Amino acid sequence: MSFFMDPSVTIGTKILEVFYIVMGLMVIYTGVRNLKDKTNPSRYGTCMFWGLLGVVIAFGRWIPAMIDGVLIVLMVIPAILQRVKKGESAGPSKDESERNFKKIGMKIFIPALAIGVCAIIGALFTQIGALAGCSIGVIVSAIILMAFNHANKPLVFLNDSERLLSAMGPLSMLPMLLASLGAIFTAAGVGDVISKLVGGLIPKGNVVIGIIVFAIGMMLFTMVMGNAFAAITVLTVGIGAPFVLAFGADPAVVGVLSLTCGYCGTLLTPMAANFNIVPVALLEMKDRMGVIKNQVVTALVMIVVQIIYMLIAS
Amino acid sequence: MDYLVLLGIVIVIVGFALKLDSILIIFAAAIVTALVGGIGIDGFLTTLGTSFVSNRSMAVFIIILLVVGTLERNGLKDAAAALIGKAKNATPGIIIALYGVMRVVFAAFNVSFGGVAGFVRPIIMPMAIGAIEASGHEPKDEYVEELKGMASGMENVAWFFGQMLFVGTAGALLVQSTLKPLGYDVDLLRMALIELPVAIIAVVVTAVYYILKDHRLRAKYYGAASASANVKEA
Repeated sequence: MSFFMDPSVTIGTKILEVFYIVMGLMVIYTGVRNLKDKTNPSRYGTCMFWGLLGVVIAFGRWIPAMIDGVLIVLMVIPAILQRVKKGESAGPSKDESERNFKKIGMKIFIPALAIGVCAIIGALFTQIGALAGCSIGVIVSAIILMAFNHANKPLVFLNDSERLLSAMGPLSMLPMLLASLGAIFTAAGVGDVISKLVGGLIPKGNVVIGIIVFAIGMMLFTMVMGNAFAAITVLTVGIGAPFVLAFGADPAVVGVLSLTCGYCGTLLTPMAANFNIVPVALLEMKDRMGVIKNQVVTALVMIVVQIIYMLIAS
Repeated sequence: MDYLVLLGIVIVIVGFALKLDSILIIFAAAIVTALVGGIGIDGFLTTLGTSFVSNRSMAVFIIILLVVGTLERNGLKDAAAALIGKAKNATPGIIIALYGVMRVVFAAFNVSFGGVAGFVRPIIMPMAIGAIEASGHEPKDEYVEELKGMASGMENVAWFFGQMLFVGTAGALLVQSTLKPLGYDVDLLRMALIELPVAIIAVVVTAVYYILKDHRLRAKYYGAASASANVKEA
């Protein structure tokens, strides 16, 4: 409670902490609902994963860091053993959404866009920041949805979100786990070793060559790994920080554009199966590389555009 | 001797390339790096706990899920289909290009219509094939195959670059969290603004390229006259 009374903590941080508690409770609800779901082939593993995740999200701030670490290790065990599953919950029927569309019509875009609008308002015009604004936007969106259609009771929202979270599964935690891995790389001094190693190849202090190597490296590493999020965790510590940022390049420009340089790699690789191979199957295409072939021009143009942009803007 | 600390990076690269379980790779790499790098099991658990809790901003997608499913239940996808359906008499290339524009605008607000499975297959492809038939031609398999590739490509390009414009997007949050332990603070709104020209160029380049490619394909399969006639109609 002292956290919420502390005047040195910004109001945005306090609002966000309240929403973390809400999110944590949503995740715990996901665990409990799966535990009771007879159609889920792995009820206990699923409940263990979501339950522990919910505890860390909701109350992690007040738990000692080492215990948080233990809870996270316990949480990923059922995920690694493939014991986190979902039951057979049905989404809304085509009938129901069509009926609601006839009633609500194009006005449905208002609650859909409200979240993003609130995030921008939060960032630009208030002290609370983008993320607290975004979370408040969710509440605004829900209230509008309830006004449009009285069938939208709180339990409908809760169960719809539980269904989506269960369907996303443990991989939804990949960005957070990768960020933690990056922190461990940094704590263990991985960046220092790489900068010593690569120092012979990239002349120290030459930001231009550093940016080009970082951008193309992000594209190639993403092609090999199939995942730009994983690539940026490794390359920011290894190349981005010691060879580009250390010499005064703008971290926001280099940081975010290097990620989208990685996306150019995503467009080019069958390793990113979700985006490039699954659609081939979904659309019953004959050429396994049929999607990638149509993305080559865009990927090559965009890597050049972004390198030039980084060189100019940073 | 020092170089042993790179073992974790090798595990990540090889593990992802071999398509092993992603979470297993991350934990194997984290534990090996912690042990070889001398921060030990204690340091591993403490760093993991501290980092995970301070990165909870990346879990903000969970609160957004609270309305995502209910928006779909109330006809969001039907509304999007009605919106793109207003493109009458358009050529297949223009339909795909317009989808890209619509997709990137909504992606900037983190609004999605179901991707290839939920939108391209049931709505965009039938519209594109309908456009071929409306111009009095038989949809040829080779041509439709190319259209499928372009529609999926448009979907990927518009979503990848468009979602970077949303202020709470996972990608920008990961950049923020990766830079923080290295001593750099970056602002979410600023990163979204930096990506704005990138997203616009990406979608425009792809849209123009697909319209030109579609024009060439129609000339190839249905004769030069049909390609230009269709463009005039649109």
